[in-house]
Amino acid sequence: MSELPDGWEMVIGLEVHVELATASKLFCGCANQFGDEPNTNICPTCLGLPGSLPVPNAQAVEFAMTLGRALNCSVEPSIFARKNYFYPDMPKDFQTTQYEEPTNVEGFVQLPDGRSIGVERAHIEEDTGKSTHLGGGGRIHDATATLVDYNRAGVPLVEIVSHPVMHDADTARAYVAELRDILLATGVSDARMEEGSMRVDANVSVRPVGNDELRTRCEVKNINSLRSLGRAINYEARRHVDLWTNGESPRQETRHWDEDGGRTTSGRSKEDADDYRYFACPDLPPLTPTAEDIAAIDAAMPGLPAARRSALAVAAGVEVAETTLTVERGLDALVIAAIEAGADATAAMKHADQNLSDGQGQLTAESFAALVAMEADGALSSTQVKTVLAELVANGGEPAAIAADMGFEAMDTSELDTLLDGIIADSPDEWARFVEGDRKVQGHFVGQIMKATQGKADGKVVNQLMTARAAQS
Amino acid sequence: MTSAFDLAALVRSGEYSAVAAADTAFGSIKERDDEIHAFLHLTKRRAQAQAAAVDQAVADGKDPGPLAGVPIAIKDNMCTKGEPTTCSSKILEGWRPPYDATVVDRLEAAGAVIVGKTNLDEFAMGSSTENSAFGPTRNPHDTSRVPGGSSGGSAAAVGADFVPLSLGSDTGGSIRQPAALCGVVGLKPSYGAVSRYGLIAFASSLDQIGPFAHNVTDAALCFDVISGHDPKDATSIPTPLTPTLPTLNDGVAGMRIGIIDELMGEGIDDDVIARTNQAAEALTAAGAIVERVSIPATIYGLAAYYLIAPAEASSNLARFDGVRYGQRVDGANVAAMNVATRSAGFGDEVKRRIMLGTYALSSGYYDAYYGKAQRVRTLIANEFATAYESFDLLMSPTSPSTAFELGAKSDPMALYMCDVCTIPSNLAGHPAMSVPFGVGDDGLPVGVQILAPMVEEARMFRAAKALEDAAKGMS
Repeated sequence: MSELPDGWEMVIGLEVHVELATASKLFCGCANQFGDEPNTNICPTCLGLPGSLPVPNAQAVEFAMTLGRALNCSVEPSIFARKNYFYPDMPKDFQTTQYEEPTNVEGFVQLPDGRSIGVERAHIEEDTGKSTHLGGGGRIHDATATLVDYNRAGVPLVEIVSHPVMHDADTARAYVAELRDILLATGVSDARMEEGSMRVDANVSVRPVGNDELRTRCEVKNINSLRSLGRAINYEARRHVDLWTNGESPRQETRHWDEDGGRTTSGRSKEDADDYRYFACPDLPPLTPTAEDIAAIDAAMPGLPAARRSALAVAAGVEVAETTLTVERGLDALVIAAIEAGADATAAMKHADQNLSDGQGQLTAESFAALVAMEADGALSSTQVKTVLAELVANGGEPAAIAADMGFEAMDTSELDTLLDGIIADSPDEWARFVEGDRKVQGHFVGQIMKATQGKADGKVVNQLMTARAAQS
Repeated sequence: MTSAFDLAALVRSGEYSAVAAADTAFGSIKERDDEIHAFLHLTKRRAQAQAAAVDQAVADGKDPGPLAGVPIAIKDNMCTKGEPTTCSSKILEGWRPPYDATVVDRLEAAGAVIVGKTNLDEFAMGSSTENSAFGPTRNPHDTSRVPGGSSGGSAAAVGADFVPLSLGSDTGGSIRQPAALCGVVGLKPSYGAVSRYGLIAFASSLDQIGPFAHNVTDAALCFDVISGHDPKDATSIPTPLTPTLPTLNDGVAGMRIGIIDELMGEGIDDDVIARTNQAAEALTAAGAIVERVSIPATIYGLAAYYLIAPAEASSNLARFDGVRYGQRVDGANVAAMNVATRSAGFGDEVKRRIMLGTYALSSGYYDAYYGKAQRVRTLIANEFATAYESFDLLMSPTSPSTAFELGAKSDPMALYMCDVCTIPSNLAGHPAMSVPFGVGDDGLPVGVQILAPMVEEARMFRAAKALEDAAKGMS
């Protein structure tokens, strides 16, 4: 919840830039690839050489529209616009983006807790190159030299703009986490915040609770992780409250999140901001998707996280909120198939959450279901189940055969009874305490039996035997 | 001078060599271009290699293409790989593009031999070729006069018989007006008919490349070679275009041709109006039905143009910032370097238009200026569409006057008026061309403009050919 003093409320809107995972750039055939030697993926068009012209990349447009539909947006006829300003890593000294008529308008992101966050637009634009400022403070105005790598120039981006409808940092984090899952599910981006393929800017303001006004906001940039996002929002909102409380007011400006200092610092003031002189780019015809185009995108849409959570909740008979982790790990299809193959839903969910953090590997739904059944029958101890499961993930196979190979055979309870007799005889004091209800000594008996059976005994069965005996004595 | 059409036939048949044709062109340029200054740069080595390749192809029994061995001059705002491409601006001095414009590729693939790059008003902004950082071009018919502009170098290169063909670019009349003043044929094709890839943009929504030629047939031949869809230009027309050469001599019998009222009065010299009326009579004699038609919005074309074109230019020319290529003047930081470079690199007219355009797009002024100009543009296109319901073609003078003296129009507005007849076609995107038709009272060439609906170049060329035939009969 909000970390603000009583009576204050945060207002948060997020602008998320996402690099599309296309083979080539937005307006030319150069490779869209991170980490290559500087200035190797360049051509006249992405260098903005005189006479060069842009041609839209059909895959980028399709990815952008797919993302729009995944965000429940309406995909509209759209036009590219030029945003004019001078910057050395922007080859044409304008950015080709979308302004008044973006491709995707008015959608929403559904969070795992069921809330919807409104998305105003998701528009297509080109990325800039990357500047390295040498000397001075590492910023452009006092640098002695600036090196520019244009490999990133012209890489396709979608900017997803939320409405200012979030009121605490946790919601903002949940929204970004959900966006990331949607991007991964649709495959349109690898959505790595640390590598910059997903970049989050937060517009933050505050207001008295119960008031609908939108007060002066600041845009916080340089946020490189979900953790930073939460910290930056809380810091910035608190700063605003302090200013208002002291009778001052924040300036509308861009601020940089300083991760080490745990604070935001003033960047460019929006009061003397450039006039970007937007106008429709005369080199690019409008994008005019037909109803058939949009239908084809919808038909090819993979399962999205919100729908998958609902489906899993129904199949497993649990609350939607309990399905988040399984869906995030992409194990929902496996669990549903295992349940359909007869597996106990609770056990399958438990293994997905606790024992499959690295994904399903070679594990199939059938072998998963068979393993869960063996566990339920008491044929394998829970420790043995974990071992067999790890083997199934690593190399696949049939669980009964693997258990046999590993020498995992269920112990006869009469054998366990005999062993227990011996251990009780050896440690009468501990047994007396157990009978009186001291459960701390239980481990002593289980441990002895495990030692004697080399771990083949089922701990659960041992517990049952002990409890039954204690009740009789 | 031998026409491009005949020269290519001679080269293909082996009767004449491409190398000899190139030598002749370079010889005549050497003889008289000190006086005319049509060329900024000659591409001798490239021309000799291409000419030799054409001759070799003929020797090998292969067809080198419809422009085999034809020397051609290229306006210096089209990229030629490894050769200087300056836009007549200091800011691009020393830059050599790493690629060829699509039109350059297509010309060479058709056997043409590029002999050099021609002078222009800096970044194609002007109507006299006086705004060149490298000095003006002079009219070959009277060297005290301007050749028109901005493609004055290309017009003069044909007018002076240096080459049978050249390419220009036309944003508001920059092919047609100098064609009229130099007494040659000049074509502005339909927007999107010829690829702009490699043309250094002035105003992207208006710019089109087109040919200059001595005669209508050569212009048609060249247009058929350079036009057609180019996947590198997203504004290129994707559907096939009708070739113009096959129907060139089909005549104008039964064609309905409208003379645009608004371009036949105030601001147009009497001798030019008289020639235009004679041209109308000649077309009537050839079987056309010629009538007057009013297109009222044409009078707003000039004002709309001088908002739209500078607005686009202000954005297109931003990239000349000293960072990646061309001239750089150092400064204390990047922003200061940008300012110093652009201050030193651009001439006055370019700066004037960048400022005009920047203002027209500014927040708070956009709707009143750029927005309104775009609405006028739509209005002009609509009025043309209405006129074309009743007419197959339209006609008007090309230029309000014959060639004027160098330095005669020092007021920018007086120069802007030179394009009053040609601008409406650029705003509508329609094709138009200038055909020489007699001379004015001063004995200098007059051009008549023929305008056509979108992609109706073939129809337009039929009328142009009829007019050319009639003009020959007069002299």
